[in-house]
Amino acid sequence: MRLTSPSFPANAQKALGDDNLKSAMKKLAEGFPVARLAAIAELPEFEALRDRGREIKDHVLANLDLYLERFEKTCVERGGQVHWARTAEDARNVVLDICRRVGAKTVTKGKTMIGEEIGLNKFLEAHGVLPIETDLGEYIVQLADEPPSHIIAPAIHKTKEQVADLFLEHHRRYGKTAKLSDGADMVHEAREILRPKFLAADVGVTGANFLIAETGSTVIVTNEGNGDLTQMLPRVHIVMASLEKVVPTLEDASTILRLLARSATGQEMSVYTTFSTGPRRAGDLDGPEEFHVVLLDGGRSAVLGTEFGEMLRCIRCGACMNHCPVYNAIGGHAYGWVYPGPIGSVLTPALQGIAATRHLPNASTFCGKCESVCPMRIPLPRLLRQWREKAFEANLPPLGERFGLGLWAFFARTPWLYRLATRLAVAVLGALGRKSGRFSWLPLASGWTDARDLPAPEGRSFHALWKERRG
Amino acid sequence: MSAPGRFPLRVGFFVTCLVDMFRPSVGFAAIKLLEDAGCVVEVPSGQTCCGQPAYNSGDKANAKAIAKRTIATFEVYDRIVAPSGSCGGMIKTHYPELLADEPEWSMRARRLADKTHELVSFLVDVLGVERVAAAYAGKVTYHDSCSGLRELGVKAQPRKLLGTVEGLELVELKGVETCCGFGGTFCVKYGDISTEIVGKKTADIASTGAGTLLAGDLGCLLNMAGKLSREGSKLRVRHVAEVLAGLATGPAIGEPGEPER
Repeated sequence: MRLTSPSFPANAQKALGDDNLKSAMKKLAEGFPVARLAAIAELPEFEALRDRGREIKDHVLANLDLYLERFEKTCVERGGQVHWARTAEDARNVVLDICRRVGAKTVTKGKTMIGEEIGLNKFLEAHGVLPIETDLGEYIVQLADEPPSHIIAPAIHKTKEQVADLFLEHHRRYGKTAKLSDGADMVHEAREILRPKFLAADVGVTGANFLIAETGSTVIVTNEGNGDLTQMLPRVHIVMASLEKVVPTLEDASTILRLLARSATGQEMSVYTTFSTGPRRAGDLDGPEEFHVVLLDGGRSAVLGTEFGEMLRCIRCGACMNHCPVYNAIGGHAYGWVYPGPIGSVLTPALQGIAATRHLPNASTFCGKCESVCPMRIPLPRLLRQWREKAFEANLPPLGERFGLGLWAFFARTPWLYRLATRLAVAVLGALGRKSGRFSWLPLASGWTDARDLPAPEGRSFHALWKERRG
Repeated sequence: MSAPGRFPLRVGFFVTCLVDMFRPSVGFAAIKLLEDAGCVVEVPSGQTCCGQPAYNSGDKANAKAIAKRTIATFEVYDRIVAPSGSCGGMIKTHYPELLADEPEWSMRARRLADKTHELVSFLVDVLGVERVAAAYAGKVTYHDSCSGLRELGVKAQPRKLLGTVEGLELVELKGVETCCGFGGTFCVKYGDISTEIVGKKTADIASTGAGTLLAGDLGCLLNMAGKLSREGSKLRVRHVAEVLAGLATGPAIGEPGEPER
């Protein structure tokens, strides 16, 4: 996927001017966070589960090689095939090779963020294989030729009206010429169009929420059942997963499942939780003839064991973005890559380099809400700050910003000078501002004053007054 | 916790740079509250800023230098109190992290962290203050500033004391734990995102019908007051200490006129 993070400020500005996005994002704020609160209120052990989830993931990350090899062994024993892909290119080629070998013309896809990460759709299309997204949200963004803007709600940035227009435009060729206004009607129409595609597909590609080392199974959670049709009907099922998705046992997966949907959508469980273990066995009524798991590194192994390693605990629930004031203001596309929001702002620099992505960790108020809702207790603000440190060490912030900071720090390290400077600044600003009490414009402060006033100082510094009164 | 063996407590007051420059009234209100509660308050002149702008900008070297200076200035006191959850949180939770790789300073940072407090939580949790002798007529709403709330657990304490202010009616704010969009340097680096966030906040504030907005951090207050005044709102904005100390009589934040001295 193309990286547009370097133009984050412009992306954000564009997003802020988009009224459709605003009304769509308002729904997000009123939806998932409210449902999450209600769901965890009914689970007294939720906080203890978070601790347990963190322990499981920390243990896995400390022994990742062991569990991945164990997963490979059990998966192969059950007839599956495991493909190790160091890079996005490797992963794309694995999928294309399989498609070519089986002569695939169309590929149905359940939701896979790894598929997004490696740009699978465009790649397959360019090589004559037609990918068809089957998750409703993914289907919508595929029609719109856009990337998803949220990791669990890909089309969250679209209003119902916009979706109706898209359907009208793209479903005309199926004889659907009426513009729909009811959500249920739209779902019905999409289902009607997707059904034959499920049946005709040669290969089904899904993601994975977990890989289970003990059994060699992969697990997906969905609310639409499209994942099941994607993986059961075609002859070949390909699972796209990144390395850190592995957990030791079924028990561990079920522990984390109790956290996942509650944190994500406020459901106790997603509607479908599907375990896939190998291809169809003799006597099975359904299932694919081939079962492949593509394990993508994509830069993750380089994060392992570093001060950024904790980001690999992420289970992709999306709670951090649902609760993030910045994400809620600008939506997911502005971040400029696959993973938006707080987790995206720590993951994207790790996988794409900090030079091109330095805005992402900086565009946070450090309000800490993300960490407080993260089921895996990832210390997101700390990781964001560490990226800021990396960016600063690499001289990435603009010269003016660095100079200003250096000058300020020099004063802050020299109290008598600091005292003198603040006294003067406050006297000037106070003299100019006491009459109206505020500034609607100040030189060099347009970032502040473009859309809000700056309250004027009272006119004397505290230290000066204190010295007079008590000194 | 390095519990002092004697009373009264000798408190080193950390003014914070925003109170020093923008609103000394908050500092005097805070000191009145501390003195009324029996503390001996001193304001060491070697203090400047807690270093958060450097720390949050990734400038670790300057952040460390400023942190060390602050530690050396304040470690002689029984307790260190700041009228801010943000600066208090910087000293209490971030200094030990920042200096973790320097054994001597790490120890000094942890010792200082143990005895550093945000003002209102110090009054309630440490000094056991049950009520204040203040009056403030009308409906007020109170915003939970992020650092105080999530780093220091400041939530019930200001509400407890506000509940004892004569004539004051507290109306809870929708999205009270949602960030106001200030975020330190964020508010100027990403000004348009910041103002979008504070715009949602001021809409929620307006819908409470309160005449006064209070909070415990001047950064957030300047941000919200600035947005409210740009919107033409007549809502008055004050630091919670001003109301608790009974000193909420001069111009509110962003209002014209000379402060009472």
